[in-house]
Amino acid sequence: MWNSLKARLFQGYRTGKFPHRPPVLPERFAGRPQITADNCDQCGKCTEICPSDAIDFNNGNLRLDTGKCIFCSKCAEICPNKAIQMSKEYRLAAMSREKLIVTGSIWEPERPTDREFLKFCGKSLKIRQVSAGGCAACELDFNVLNTLAWDMGRFGIQVVASPRHADCILVTGPVSDNMLLALKKTYDAAPRPVWVIACGSCAVSGGIYQNSSVCSSGVEKILKPDLYVPGCPPHPATLLEGILRLMNKKF
Amino acid sequence: MDKNYLLLANGQSAGIKNIPVLTEIDFDRECLHAIREEKCHVSAFFAVDSGEKTLLTAILADPGVRKFRVLQTPVSGKFLSLTPHHAGFNRFERDVFESGGLIPEGHPDLKPLRFTGGHAGEMEFFAMQGKAVHEVAVGPVHAGVIEPGHFRFECMGEKVYNLEISLGYQHRGVEKMLLNGPDKRTMHLIETAAGDSSVAAAWNICRIIESLGSLEVSENINLLRQCALELERCANHIGDLGALAGDVAFLPTAGFCGRIRGEYLNMSAVLAGNRFGRNFLVPGGIRYGSDAAVIREITAKLRIVMPELWNALELMFNSPTVLDRFENTGTVSRETALDLGLVGVAARACGLDMNTARDLPGGGFAIPSVIDTGKFNGDVLSRAVVRYEELKKSHEYLLATLDTLSCKISPSAVKIPALQSNAICISATEAWRGELCHTVITGDDGKFKLVKITDPSMHNWEGLAMALRDEEISHFPICNKSFNLSYCGHDL
Repeated sequence: MWNSLKARLFQGYRTGKFPHRPPVLPERFAGRPQITADNCDQCGKCTEICPSDAIDFNNGNLRLDTGKCIFCSKCAEICPNKAIQMSKEYRLAAMSREKLIVTGSIWEPERPTDREFLKFCGKSLKIRQVSAGGCAACELDFNVLNTLAWDMGRFGIQVVASPRHADCILVTGPVSDNMLLALKKTYDAAPRPVWVIACGSCAVSGGIYQNSSVCSSGVEKILKPDLYVPGCPPHPATLLEGILRLMNKKF
Repeated sequence: MDKNYLLLANGQSAGIKNIPVLTEIDFDRECLHAIREEKCHVSAFFAVDSGEKTLLTAILADPGVRKFRVLQTPVSGKFLSLTPHHAGFNRFERDVFESGGLIPEGHPDLKPLRFTGGHAGEMEFFAMQGKAVHEVAVGPVHAGVIEPGHFRFECMGEKVYNLEISLGYQHRGVEKMLLNGPDKRTMHLIETAAGDSSVAAAWNICRIIESLGSLEVSENINLLRQCALELERCANHIGDLGALAGDVAFLPTAGFCGRIRGEYLNMSAVLAGNRFGRNFLVPGGIRYGSDAAVIREITAKLRIVMPELWNALELMFNSPTVLDRFENTGTVSRETALDLGLVGVAARACGLDMNTARDLPGGGFAIPSVIDTGKFNGDVLSRAVVRYEELKKSHEYLLATLDTLSCKISPSAVKIPALQSNAICISATEAWRGELCHTVITGDDGKFKLVKITDPSMHNWEGLAMALRDEEISHFPICNKSFNLSYCGHDL
């Protein structure tokens, strides 16, 4: 007991200042890509190099789908005209799939409009996580939010052991065929109303596994997500900011 | 050639025609002799199509000469199972059966491994009979935030008589998607095959592409890669030790380690931009260079965090309530470990002196020193202490190596050249769980004709099952966490 107290004093209070202060991000952090359409001469080098086919031309206009993007920033490196650049913007989560598509450089994260969600979950949110082909990175970085460094419990967000206790199912992974049934059963076991968070590029769109013959290219074809969190894996700040915004928590 | 096998160093390539093709009887004899008498273990075992015939291929790690032994035998339709003679072949033969349709005759428990096509869990479980017997089924969706897998316990009262582990839920078809590479997806698929071992996996495939494409890599780059790997190993070991503390409700260390693990992920992010070290290793070198400023940032952080880490861990290892739960729980004997072919942390905790970094050197650069394994008896405590001692060695290595690396290392973006055609190359790395082995065979066009990933979990899942035998079912969480195996690395 005495030793534990001494250790506690030595270790100190370590919960981060987020969300009252922006998160500390590494110098090489790749956040939301920005597109400067005027710089693009449509050489197509970016579409060629993109490992997850996140970039295409829509009527000649360059667009990048952050739902597919794995943030390797190879497109920004190869672009001779700096038409694509990776910003430090960590707020990537969106409440509709279309909002994930980047065509310019201006981005204002949207506010929640789901009144029912705010009524049920505005103050506390119980999450049941389902890994459906996730590679463990999304799962590990979601777990990080439970550590004292991020302590999501202080916002009323909690992981629950049973779907019976859940307000929300957080899905990671491209939904492997072998997890399809278990995912559906978990969703069905949760009391209504229930919401869905797609965490990570795999869950949003299949990501790097979108062409796998034994996966579903993300959760969208099975359940309609209420929050899409891009990233491979999403930075803990990205995920937490997204959930807090969904809950309309203001700081 | 008088030898019955081809010797290949870690990351050395050779034409596939150099691999001796033995008769099945000689092949079996050679494999079993190497494992029983010459301290070899199975690194990979698979079937590969070669024109009109299918060749069963064994890759055995030989610590004596510090090389892989590669040998083949032609089979059609069926072959004699080696599992009854060495249990380490079990999962490999099930994989051969599932992916190629070859039947290992005499296999004691033949069933698919990954149940492709939405059939995970649809199998006959080993079942005990009797009025007092009860079954406990857990998963695939677990109570915590972890990957899916199914565990079936056969119990009488609290005591577990058998645990059968049924996996496949994470199957994403990684090996199939890697075929005809290398292409723009290759590195990312490799890095996400088991997302907590991204650096180790990336290094393996880089070494293979560098070998088959005759790319040179400087010693400094190898040292920096090893540092990235050590950061990955540290983060995972710390996370595991914290989680073990959490599982026995020793919350101080659980809390401290959860936070400290994040510091190591952040150090990886300083190097790579990604907390899991992704996109850092590229064939031919590294994606981002390092200079004195980057190295200084990491060493400064290490020096701050180290005392906090040792404080958190010593608190746990000096706590009688923790030791009482860890000691003599989930014991796997040395003999069982040898028979199952365990690798890595789990094997060392059983007293086996094996370490891929030392036994299969991937180059002439310095590696962390290995721990003395003589004192371990295979219980949860051993697996925890192995991690603790390895953390010490990793830190010694990191501080010593980073100091010598404070010069500027430039990023190297190399165009991947055409690879040697009809060649085989094997690369293994001591990832945080143990030996992670990648095997690539190229076709006539120099493209990947076969990619086999052997995650350490492939060897070690059976170890967890044995750890639970005759153990109380309430000890499952700490036994499971003390192994902390990968589901996706196994299911691919």
